[in-house]
Amino acid sequence: MKQYLSLFRIRFINSLQYRAAAYGGMVTQFFWGFMTLLLFRAFYKSGAADFPMEFSRLSSYIWLQQAFLTLFMIWYFDMDIFNSITSGNVAYELARPVDLYKMWFTKNVATRLSRATLRSFPILIVAALLPKPYGFSLPYSFTNFAMFLITAVLAFLIVMAFCMLVYISTFYTMSSLGVRIVAAALSDFLTGGIIPLPFLPDNVQRIIGLTPFASMQNLPFLIYSGHIAGAEMFRGIMLQVFWLAALVFIGRLWMNSALKRVVIQGG
Amino acid sequence: MLYGKYFSIHLKSQMQYKTSFFLTALGQFLTSFSVYLSIYFMFERFNRVEGFTYTEVLLCFAVVLMAFSLAECFFRGFDTFPTIISNGEFDRMMVRPRSVIFQVLASKIEFSRIGRLLQAIIVFAYAIPASGISWTYDKIVTLLLMLISGITVFSGLFIIYASFAFFTIEGLEFMNIFTDGGREFGRYPLSIYGEGVLKFFTYVIPTALFQYYPFLYLIGRSDNLLYMFLPLVGMLFLIPCYCFWRFGLRHYKSTGS
Amino acid sequence: MIELRNINKTFKVARRNAGFGEALKALFRKEYTYIHALKDVTFTIGDGEMVGYIGPNGAGKSSTIKIMSGILNPDSGECIINGLTPWKNRKEHVRNIGVVFGQRSQLWWDVPVIDSFELIRDIYKVDEAVYRRNLDELVEMLDLAEIMRTPARQLSLGQRMRCEIAASLLHDPKILFLDEPTIGLDAVSKIAVRNFIRRINNERKTTVILTTHDMQDIEALTERILLIGKGRILLDGSLSELKKRNSEYRTITLEYSCGEFEEIHGITKQSQINGHAVFSVDTNIITVSDAIAHLSKNADITDISVVGASAEEMVVSLYEEFKI
Repeated sequence: MKQYLSLFRIRFINSLQYRAAAYGGMVTQFFWGFMTLLLFRAFYKSGAADFPMEFSRLSSYIWLQQAFLTLFMIWYFDMDIFNSITSGNVAYELARPVDLYKMWFTKNVATRLSRATLRSFPILIVAALLPKPYGFSLPYSFTNFAMFLITAVLAFLIVMAFCMLVYISTFYTMSSLGVRIVAAALSDFLTGGIIPLPFLPDNVQRIIGLTPFASMQNLPFLIYSGHIAGAEMFRGIMLQVFWLAALVFIGRLWMNSALKRVVIQGG
Repeated sequence: MLYGKYFSIHLKSQMQYKTSFFLTALGQFLTSFSVYLSIYFMFERFNRVEGFTYTEVLLCFAVVLMAFSLAECFFRGFDTFPTIISNGEFDRMMVRPRSVIFQVLASKIEFSRIGRLLQAIIVFAYAIPASGISWTYDKIVTLLLMLISGITVFSGLFIIYASFAFFTIEGLEFMNIFTDGGREFGRYPLSIYGEGVLKFFTYVIPTALFQYYPFLYLIGRSDNLLYMFLPLVGMLFLIPCYCFWRFGLRHYKSTGS
Repeated sequence: MIELRNINKTFKVARRNAGFGEALKALFRKEYTYIHALKDVTFTIGDGEMVGYIGPNGAGKSSTIKIMSGILNPDSGECIINGLTPWKNRKEHVRNIGVVFGQRSQLWWDVPVIDSFELIRDIYKVDEAVYRRNLDELVEMLDLAEIMRTPARQLSLGQRMRCEIAASLLHDPKILFLDEPTIGLDAVSKIAVRNFIRRINNERKTTVILTTHDMQDIEALTERILLIGKGRILLDGSLSELKKRNSEYRTITLEYSCGEFEEIHGITKQSQINGHAVFSVDTNIITVSDAIAHLSKNADITDISVVGASAEEMVVSLYEEFKI
């Protein structure tokens, strides 16, 4: 465990050094959230009756999304990992007495967490100061907040487990670019990254709801604002646990067979 | 012509990795397709936005998407300029007897942007007849001006982005607001974001000059002929961008990094 | 003709300290330090000369090269190369120079070498007849015929370096800057590259400025060396002059079957094991022949060798002397 902790620490400090990147990211994400809300406001003005959720809840959703972008967006891949696979350097990592799946997982968690810590709170604080209904509001209830924390952690881990599958696929394709972009494009839409899932037609929502993508940012953000409450929250958590277990299981299995290939091919 | 030579070398290089090329193009297509889907589903739910119909918005989306993908295809060298600076490739350009701006321009041509271009063409193919616009000569000219001006403005933004890299290669993310942001939010006519945003994208970053005002003329919301030619004004944006580039280059020559 | 007079250059760099707290602090405040990269650098290099430009890492070598190739402008001072100031007349100036950065490539990675060459021809607007002649000559001299149709990424390091050098000479430059041209090459490739550089200098009268850490390059190629340290030119002279300065010591290595050696004033024993002994001789005190005579008095010597200081050692002693 200690080795993973120290790996975590190194990555964390490393990311802290990029001060300007953090500022730049904050400004960008704040602007992005702001523009997104203005866009939805236009639709709201054109047809408030057709709006599938309360506007203030949408605002909280958008601000959480921008603040925690680095945690939940699939496309924040770790380029080092792709490079180490395609260049064959992965052979060196195999020589170390660590579990590669766990190590990459930790590395990703650390990179994403360190980026998020710097950026998220300033964005949320500024967003909280905006006038109603555009600002970031307090959680719907104490229960919802507690559930938000739990589902957010699970969602983050599901995102990581999904990313692992993308990394592992590189062992077979040997070029990460295409897979990366395809995965990012699909997941961006399916996780509610472009428009929140409640804005989709009901039957589309129902199908996406069964995939792991709905268990990512969608669930915790909707729980926070109270759009999802009561028993539905527990159903969501059950589904999350299922997907997390499934994705990790598939990932480990797939990684083992991929590594065998590497060993047979001699790197 | 020298650019043609660069063009063929890039084509040859990228065709060495056909799988990667097609996957990237597919990814580019899917990325913009998911944006298209979001528009489609929004209009499933809402009939209009600020009076604009689905096909009208699609037309706007296609103009911006096409302008952006063409600009990105040919001006990609500026988009990846921080790397060119940090890996020393720029020093090589400096020891060659050609304009540096030309060399940066020619250093990358990204053919996989064809995926995004394809999306734009498909949307055009659908929206041009479906929009109900009677395509007289003036409307065709307007549409062409919108596209050309769009390419120019996006290229200008790429040049500004690259010029910043002369000073720092960190924290340039905020420039995405104008480049990627211009593409993402430009899929809807800029007026729907409100007065302030429209003003910003008229006077500071002239996106609205190719995306909004001529668009009003195109869909017949305005018969102000001036709007048809505003894209030409938008193209003047390249001048301050070039000046900023010169300024950055001067800084580079005195610090070497 | 290259003339540098009183060139000065200062850089401002951000300081970064180790540790978690320091990283956090740097988020809000950055500290800067000023580095005087070049101080009053002055030298002249004539046409057709071959000069070794040496000094430890960070001494100012690459800044000087950048100034001479028009990439960097100095804070003050004058630099005239063939009548032009590099950073003011960049385009005209660089037409007459060739630059090889040993650690970077100017070849397009994924296309055959010949395609890169043709693009370079067009970039420099080289006349077709001149290009043909140069190409044929370079292909013959550097033995490139076999590899011209191979993409650069498939070349070995030695093959690639030969192509890099050829690429820098296609436009007939009057001056060639070579920045560590033999770095990472195997012995055979090193010798091939060195022979070629010598030939180009002899036959075309190309002025060559060579920066390197490999003293064998210097020994094999250059008569004149410029030593830079901490931004100053510390020494400008010929290699043989330098050798004389360092010539008081000789190393005598002996193989012997039996016997004993006695140290006297001027002879110091450095090691002695199993019939193999090494002595250092101070020639100010005792001549080499006297030393050999003394050492062979009580021992049965089977083999003997006498060596002066190598360029490598001289540079180390120079660095020590100037404390750089």
